[in-house]
Amino acid sequence: MADRSGVTGFLTATRGRGRLHWTDWVSYGYLFLGVFLMFGPVVWLVLSSFKDQNELDRFPPRFLPYAQEVLTVPGYDDPLPAFTVTEGDLAGQVVGQTRRAAGRAEVVSPDAPEDRVRLTTDMLQPVEGVAFATDNYTQLFARFDFLRYFWNSTFITIAATVIMLLVNAMAAFALSKYQFRGRNAVLLIVIGTLMIPQTVVLVPLFLIVTKLGMFNSLWGVIIPGAATPTGVFLLRQYMITIPDEILDAARMDKASEWKIFWRIILPLSAPAIAVLAILAIMWRWNDFLWPLIVLTRTENFTLQLALNSFQGELQTDWPSLLAMTVLTLLPIAAVFMFLQKYIATGIASTGGK
Amino acid sequence: MLAVITPLMRIIEIPMLALQRLLGINRLAWAFLLPNLILFGLFAFLPVILNVFYATSGSDNVLLQNRPFVGGQNFGQLLDCGNYIDANSCREDKFWRAVWNTVTFVTLQAGFMVGFALLTAVILNGRIRARGFFRSVFFFPVLLSPVVVALIWKWILQREGVLNAFLDWTGLGGINWLVDAQWAFGWSVFISVWAHMGFYTLILLAGLQAIPRDVYEAATMDGASGWRTFRRITLPLLAPTMLVVLVLALIRGVQTFDEIYAFTGGGPGTATTFIIQYIYERGFAGAPRLFGLAAAASLLVAGVLVVLTLAQLWANRRNVDG
Repeated sequence: MADRSGVTGFLTATRGRGRLHWTDWVSYGYLFLGVFLMFGPVVWLVLSSFKDQNELDRFPPRFLPYAQEVLTVPGYDDPLPAFTVTEGDLAGQVVGQTRRAAGRAEVVSPDAPEDRVRLTTDMLQPVEGVAFATDNYTQLFARFDFLRYFWNSTFITIAATVIMLLVNAMAAFALSKYQFRGRNAVLLIVIGTLMIPQTVVLVPLFLIVTKLGMFNSLWGVIIPGAATPTGVFLLRQYMITIPDEILDAARMDKASEWKIFWRIILPLSAPAIAVLAILAIMWRWNDFLWPLIVLTRTENFTLQLALNSFQGELQTDWPSLLAMTVLTLLPIAAVFMFLQKYIATGIASTGGK
Repeated sequence: MLAVITPLMRIIEIPMLALQRLLGINRLAWAFLLPNLILFGLFAFLPVILNVFYATSGSDNVLLQNRPFVGGQNFGQLLDCGNYIDANSCREDKFWRAVWNTVTFVTLQAGFMVGFALLTAVILNGRIRARGFFRSVFFFPVLLSPVVVALIWKWILQREGVLNAFLDWTGLGGINWLVDAQWAFGWSVFISVWAHMGFYTLILLAGLQAIPRDVYEAATMDGASGWRTFRRITLPLLAPTMLVVLVLALIRGVQTFDEIYAFTGGGPGTATTFIIQYIYERGFAGAPRLFGLAAAASLLVAGVLVVLTLAQLWANRRNVDG
């Protein structure tokens, strides 16, 4: 979009031959439909999360969050809900409502605060304005142990990512830089684990984790997934490209093998490690089935588990649920915005997500 | 971060140095491999073996010494059917409902997924502006957690949701989507494609970009039409990548659980209960906990996945070589 700006310029410059071919129209139609379908639901979620209960109950819903405006009338401590009067003497005026019962309301005009007028409620039209209600978010902290779920998710994600990177990098180093008997056997074992996804070993995995005393512990989620074949392969492919001469030079200088690993190999593998780290963060933050089995006590819940259990328990509590959903997708959305390119290449090159 | 890692690395160096003196440099590789191999052994290979013990033993006790050997009884129960097509004629009807649901789901989902991913990738590979932007738009939902995906769409599809409001406005009238078995199933396929399509699009796009430009230039010189170029050049050259994508979609599809479980809970009734949910419910959610049945069903799924994974490795190799 360097040469021309604006939507027309953006659209008409496609083929570089002046006019748009009909296939270009179809392509752009498809792509903009894609933008609507992919982003629309998320935008709708975020907007909804800023609506108060009244607005959420409204059908048909409105696009932006609205809330009734309030009037401060002298002589009243609290601001009064604002209405426009539609008929009668006060028609057209904005008034504050002081009381309402059984179809009748008592209102005051800000110009004459002493003068209370009684009207029927069908003569009143609420005054509304766009207002982003943050109550849904603030009450998450008051009504639920939101910070604990957030912490559990964060702790699992960070600990699991760090352990995974270290363990997988060590294995990848051994498999890429050493000639030893049994190397091919080990590679075969790593490929073998590709065929054992967690979903098909749930029962025995549950026994092992229980026996190790990790049932209902965050470590029960962190440890079993710490070694991944995808991670080993990704790092090994990268480490193979590091020239052996660097290692030999370090060995001449009497560097220990461990020092070579963390002072030379790890820093040189930084791009691959970064890709794997992003993938690991995504896997762990979004993980659901295994935490669902291991973490059964509410205080151990991750954000994903909390979200799922609340939608079952509080069928109607959409305000809290929407706010919590937004906060759950926020960290991933942030990671995505800054590291989009790495994620895309990482996922494309490993075939894992 | 580095302040924590550096001392930690120094501490690990002490035993590693001792091992290096003891084993020599080449055999030290085993020390580097050890943590990874222990984790693989403990959490991947040992469970596979134990799964066989679970599948051949009864009772609701999780401890193996308290589980009596029952031979093939669990498999017998799963496979005891008058007619495999009709789940009602089976002793374990829920298993067969889950199996057939999964088969239908995977077929539809993988088909739509590959189809739409291909269409999107081809369009993204064309001469369009802001390709990076559009690519990330389609990719974005891949990063969302399954539960978030489920809740986003539940909110849109609820009785008084925005989709029904729109349908009311057009005069078509709203539908209680997730209460109707067929609609719930259809939407399950839809959200699954919605959430994962970007991932497959990315792989196909990489495949398209690997096709040499001069092949297309030669076709243009020969005056081939766009459609003909697509059918005679793009599709054959992309076939290996498409195979990889298809097999990956099948492997993932068979293991579908998270988003549908959070979306419909498997309902209404058992309309969207898939095989992993069946395993989860038999082993962990229901009472009594029928670990034997869950493990037997796991082994059957594992068999299917092994075949598919071998196909994936074969397709990958073909893709790289070809």
